[in-house]
Amino acid sequence: MSNISILLILSSLLLLGSSRLKVAILVVAIQGLLLGLLPIVKISGHFSLGVWILGLSIILAKGIILPFLLNRSLNNSEITHEIEPFISYGTSIMVGILLLILSGWFTVKFKLHHTATPAIVLSSAFYLILTGLFLMMSRKKALTQALAYLVLGNGVYGVGIGMSLEFPFTVELGILLDVVVGILIMGNLLFHLDSEFSHMDTDKLDELSDNLSADSRQEVGQ
Amino acid sequence: MTLLLLLLIIPFFAGLGLFLVRSAGLRRLVLLVTAAFHLVLSLYLSIPDSNPARGAWIGVDSLSAIFLVLTSVLFLAIGFYSIGYMREHSAPDHGLHEPRRIDPEALFMGCLLVMLSAMSLAIVARQFALQWVAIEATTLASTPLVYYHKSRKSLEAAWKYLIICSVGIVLALIGIFFLRMTLPVKFHSDLTIDALLQNASTLNTKWLKTAFIFMLVGYGTKMGIAPFHTWLPDAHSEAPAPVSALLSGALLNCALIGILRMQQVSAAAGIGDFGAELLVIFGVFSIVIGAIFILRQPDFKRMLAYSSVENMGIIALGVGIGGGGVFGSLFHAVNHSLTKVMLFFAAGSILSRFATKDSSRVQGVIRTMPWTGGLWIAGFLAITGAPPFGTFLSEFAILRAALDKGHYFTAALFMFLLFIIFVGMSAIMLGMVFGARTVERRSESLLSVVPPLTLGVALLVLGLYMPDVLQAKLGSAAMLLEGVAR
Repeated sequence: MSNISILLILSSLLLLGSSRLKVAILVVAIQGLLLGLLPIVKISGHFSLGVWILGLSIILAKGIILPFLLNRSLNNSEITHEIEPFISYGTSIMVGILLLILSGWFTVKFKLHHTATPAIVLSSAFYLILTGLFLMMSRKKALTQALAYLVLGNGVYGVGIGMSLEFPFTVELGILLDVVVGILIMGNLLFHLDSEFSHMDTDKLDELSDNLSADSRQEVGQ
Repeated sequence: MTLLLLLLIIPFFAGLGLFLVRSAGLRRLVLLVTAAFHLVLSLYLSIPDSNPARGAWIGVDSLSAIFLVLTSVLFLAIGFYSIGYMREHSAPDHGLHEPRRIDPEALFMGCLLVMLSAMSLAIVARQFALQWVAIEATTLASTPLVYYHKSRKSLEAAWKYLIICSVGIVLALIGIFFLRMTLPVKFHSDLTIDALLQNASTLNTKWLKTAFIFMLVGYGTKMGIAPFHTWLPDAHSEAPAPVSALLSGALLNCALIGILRMQQVSAAAGIGDFGAELLVIFGVFSIVIGAIFILRQPDFKRMLAYSSVENMGIIALGVGIGGGGVFGSLFHAVNHSLTKVMLFFAAGSILSRFATKDSSRVQGVIRTMPWTGGLWIAGFLAITGAPPFGTFLSEFAILRAALDKGHYFTAALFMFLLFIIFVGMSAIMLGMVFGARTVERRSESLLSVVPPLTLGVALLVLGLYMPDVLQAKLGSAAMLLEGVAR
């Protein structure tokens, strides 16, 4: 399990430093595969059908289908690179390392890890959550935001495993289904974003604000 | 239990089925029949006094009974109004070269029904993780609804709505993980409300507080509590009128009930004051934000959206104050939903006649469309808490509870903010009603008048006479939240 967690951490660092969207999608796909392996490896001693079904559905959904769909909407859009993000790649990696230290500290400080799983599993999961949130805030492309949401979801799932807090099977599937449908809808919106605005930059999504005219903006003082 | 399952399953499958139905008439029929069926079943399940089976994952207690019936009533009204709305606004052709397998109107009505199912599940769920799944499902089902008009603005609104609410709800899931840490190890697999209440005295309060914060932020995002409300004005103003009504009147309550359940557990565990304080702070802050942005808001649908932020703040404040405030809050949730749905219906009719959301360019509504103009005035009085509407009673109950509990400063601030909002809204809303007629007069369709009128009458009745059933349900739900077991 520790090896998988280390790979998860490395994949997130890679994500923070990559400007090519294709690479980013690939990294997130690999993360999905790793995440699906996590519950299966965890029960390595004995066989449990529910865990296998769940692990394989995660691999199928997060590792294969969703990346494939996101890749397709990328291919349709003639965009290859994330434009200069709000926070540069070098700084992003530095922030990533700080977040890594933070998540490790958090796990140890609050003694969150279950004895059955190594502490690094939980640390890596917290790290994914923090990375997801950071990516969400610091990148401009809507596609990257969708990827960040996937990373965030991966992290939350990892926390569940790291704390040995598996939910009943039906709930687990429900949570997975919610994430999958969420990404599907995001993918659909991405398609429209691209054709409507001929870009996928969220910082240009500023048609909606609280005022219709400039002078009333001053009056409200927003 | 079986009936309750039917209540969830039938709208869900009817909704999925509607995606494929090509006949507009049949779709409308299915929508209305399902909504009516849902209402009858909700009433049947909610009116008798029954305690849900211990440890069951779904069940109707007094708190869920109130919101279940409320949602069902609103949904039926929204169903009727949607049909009229669909007649006037034929689905837009957005000119994209996309294979259209699903008719836009079929998608709209199908999503409405799936949404009904998800909202019902969020209300009756008695297991926190299951409730989470349902609340997230409501976001997913409503995103296509927000984007129905396929305009650039609605696309932007839908994207923000989906991203912000999804991130918020992920935080709530982390909260649920922490909630599980509060339980003794042998109960770890059981996250039902009953299990938590049963072990209330042994819960780890440190974890419970952490869980409460995460869930308050997570569900608060969805509920529109400031400062997490930023998606709300965009989504409410860009969505089609029936969807704005649905979001504001019904959806926000689903997230509210998630927070109320958490408060119920906290109160039983003896840390009710901790949650209550947070609710007061965020509640007051939401009212402040609502008041600031309502004042001089040019867009009247956005104004209604900020009014939702304000009213969610009032509800949170009332629950936080406790005592009679909890009763007042729950009553206010009912009143606010009725009022807001009515107002969004009227706003939708005004928007489609005047073709602008800029309130300064709308005048003479009462001369152009007398019924809608009348409803708009009534709605204005109701939303600002003027007697004799139900909102007056509920806001008064919260105010009195604040005074009883010695929150004099909060009470004074509350009064002051309500006054500001009254002034702000009267300038905008009354300005639209009077003045010369600028648009030619046409007869108003029955479907655009009767649903809001019915809700308005109900609101008026609630202000004059409280039915015994409702009184009893509100009373016992308030006792649940006060943690009487303590």
